[in-house]
Amino acid sequence: MTDARAPRVVPYGDDAVLVELAGLAEVRALDDAVRAARAWDPDAAVVVDQVPAARTLLLRVREGADPRGLPVERWWAGRSAPAAEAERPEVVLAVDYDGPDLAEVARLTRLTADEVVARHTGARYTVAFGGFMAGFAYLVGLDPALRVPRLDSPRERVPAGSVAIADEFSAVYPAATPGGWRLLGRCEETLFDVDRDPPALLQPGTRVRFTSS
Amino acid sequence: MTSGAVTALEVLDPGLLTLVEDLGRPGWAHVGVGRAGAADAAALRLANRLVANDEGAAGLEVLLGGLRVRAVGDVTVAIAGAPGPAWLDDRPVGRAAVLEIRSGTVLRLGPVTSGLRAYVAVRGGIDVPAVLGSRSTDQLAGVGPEPVRTGDVLAVGPAPRSWPVVDLAPLREPPSRVELPVVAGPHADWFEDVLAGLRAGEWHVTPATNRVAVRLTGPALTRTAAATGRELPSEGLVPGAVQVPPDGQPVVFGVDHPVTGGYPVVAVLRRYAHGRLAQVRPGDRVSFVRG
Repeated sequence: MTDARAPRVVPYGDDAVLVELAGLAEVRALDDAVRAARAWDPDAAVVVDQVPAARTLLLRVREGADPRGLPVERWWAGRSAPAAEAERPEVVLAVDYDGPDLAEVARLTRLTADEVVARHTGARYTVAFGGFMAGFAYLVGLDPALRVPRLDSPRERVPAGSVAIADEFSAVYPAATPGGWRLLGRCEETLFDVDRDPPALLQPGTRVRFTSS
Repeated sequence: MTSGAVTALEVLDPGLLTLVEDLGRPGWAHVGVGRAGAADAAALRLANRLVANDEGAAGLEVLLGGLRVRAVGDVTVAIAGAPGPAWLDDRPVGRAAVLEIRSGTVLRLGPVTSGLRAYVAVRGGIDVPAVLGSRSTDQLAGVGPEPVRTGDVLAVGPAPRSWPVVDLAPLREPPSRVELPVVAGPHADWFEDVLAGLRAGEWHVTPATNRVAVRLTGPALTRTAAATGRELPSEGLVPGAVQVPPDGQPVVFGVDHPVTGGYPVVAVLRRYAHGRLAQVRPGDRVSFVRG
């Protein structure tokens, strides 16, 4: 039986392959399967970095290893059902919903500010992938009513801890940076700390909830 | 030297930019922290081998030369990477050679005569605290040691048990024109015969070039009709990825590359040529060749 959602493995230079997948759920499943395999499967021991994104999983191998030999299809076939979801760690983030874009988001979504907060705190999120900056996590699960575009021109400085939304994602800025997402509030939690284990509070697969503080 | 004696390098002048680098920080890309490490890893490895260090010991990456350090205690160093003059006090010394430096002596690197980055390895390694398993500065992620500053006293780690076995390594002069061997990348088919276009073009290195990326200017690469206007969701990147943003001018990512990128990657530099990429200067002409 052919699997219409089977991964496509694309060469990516001497040290990596890019695995193209149907969507976020498939990326999550294969990313977990490879991470699990690295604990016991000798074929997976050469993987040193895996970078999930919206529709792809990048696998980098250690120098000298051949990435074309990775048994991606075997890991895909052996992936677990998403039933394991409930066993994932959950992080609850307390937010002061006093962000500079809250009123504008309410206007764009034709909701009241309180309704925006209720919908943002009512949703259950999962970290789809990281990127952009250390500790930044793209959270999926946003209420579709809160889908708003990015700012036309990014802010020069978004404060650390800003809780933001853009398109289908929500996120918390781990540190001050220029940024174009719409800011709903602030949270006090430290998102990234190199002296903590693990350094990133939110890792791919982590479940997240927001509460209004 | 008695055990417990402090050895260090006291920085009198870091030059334009001196960074502590080792072979990088694998394993953190999924939380937004890239590999970093010496831009010309082969040069750092060579310098480390000369002083009988582990190849991955932390050394100094010196942009364009100009570094001055004073030995605190007797140290053994080697210089590799971009060529240029060097002195111990006023005595000229060679590159890629084992240099014994008496306490109080000043090592000075003159301006590099070609290339961009020289490396100084010290027997025992630069012993700054490791961050996420590496002593490398990542200028994009802001992780690892701060750039080296005047007045810094960089501790030197315990000497390895093995001793240097050669006094110097023969080196070829770097070529005047840099060739970058590439293979097709995951989105080569978004462009009209892109490898031929890369090979045919005359590319110059722009001033917007650093450890994150080497930006090139030349004949704009054009997408196929089918791929015109197509959007790419962000994907993982590797060093050496050749990305083409909407202006058609290729960007070749370096060691401090962002972990993901949202423009098509049309080609990938072969690994053995990463060091060449680290040594191209703004204004240099480079060409792409079949990898």
